Amino acid sequence: MERYVVMTALVVTLAVATVLGLIWRHRQGRLRAVTSDESLFDVLATLGVEPGTRATLLQFSSAFCAPCRATKRVLGDIAAVVPGVHHVEVDAESHLDVVRRLGILKTPTTLVLDARGVVTTRAAGQPDKAAVLAALGQAVG
Amino acid sequence: MTSTTFSRTSSDTLIDVRGPRFGAWITTAVLAVVLLTGSGLLLLAQAVVFALGSRGRSPYGAFFKAVVKPRLGPTTETEPQAPTLFAQLVGLGFAVVGTLGFLTGLTTLGVVATAAALVAAFLNAAFGFCLGCEVYLIFKRATSTKGATA
Repeated sequence: MERYVVMTALVVTLAVATVLGLIWRHRQGRLRAVTSDESLFDVLATLGVEPGTRATLLQFSSAFCAPCRATKRVLGDIAAVVPGVHHVEVDAESHLDVVRRLGILKTPTTLVLDARGVVTTRAAGQPDKAAVLAALGQAVG
Repeated sequence: MTSTTFSRTSSDTLIDVRGPRFGAWITTAVLAVVLLTGSGLLLLAQAVVFALGSRGRSPYGAFFKAVVKPRLGPTTETEPQAPTLFAQLVGLGFAVVGTLGFLTGLTTLGVVATAAALVAAFLNAAFGFCLGCEVYLIFKRATSTKGATA
């Protein structure tokens, strides 16, 4: 192939990749508000875990997931200092029925549940601590 | 407090995050040269690197450990090794297809496969994006017939 054609192809490939990367990074960990009426207490009961009295941070993780550890730290830190908030980490691979039901596509995915177990916010990818605290404020307030 | 339903059996080997990022930059450069030169042999060499990397024996990683890492600050961030091994396997798949394309004269196939691998390597290097990690759960959801298991 002509040298300039190949160079153009390379530059275009990298430019497209950069745009995709910036979009992906922007969307990572963003908390989206969710309208739902469905309590997930039955799901938590099946998993054998206790919901928080004021809110629950439900995190789906998998073994193949570098950001899951960081997310676990972030959510764990929050649950340790905010009273009535419980952090639950679920292995997505062993609970594919729950994963399908809740439309979980990747790990980590974090669902913020209010006191009734209803999802108020969700985030795919590692969330920012301040954003989670803000979402929690909305869930309990 | 945190409750977890995890019962991981795979080993949780942790590695310094800078190692795979360094390797991804080298890979990006190599694949860029492949794209510019159409060299099936260079892509074959990169395929061998991917194969070694998928077993945790990446030459780029070895170079990082021996030469680069001692010149950097201490490790501050670690990640599980398993996703990086899987990513190398994905890269190997692209590289094998690309090599076959170049060496059999199917240049377009070679170029497309190389460009795809280049995008994945570049995203990993520049943004820490891990393609294998992103698709793993989707793949499991679609292919597993199991529902709730212990």
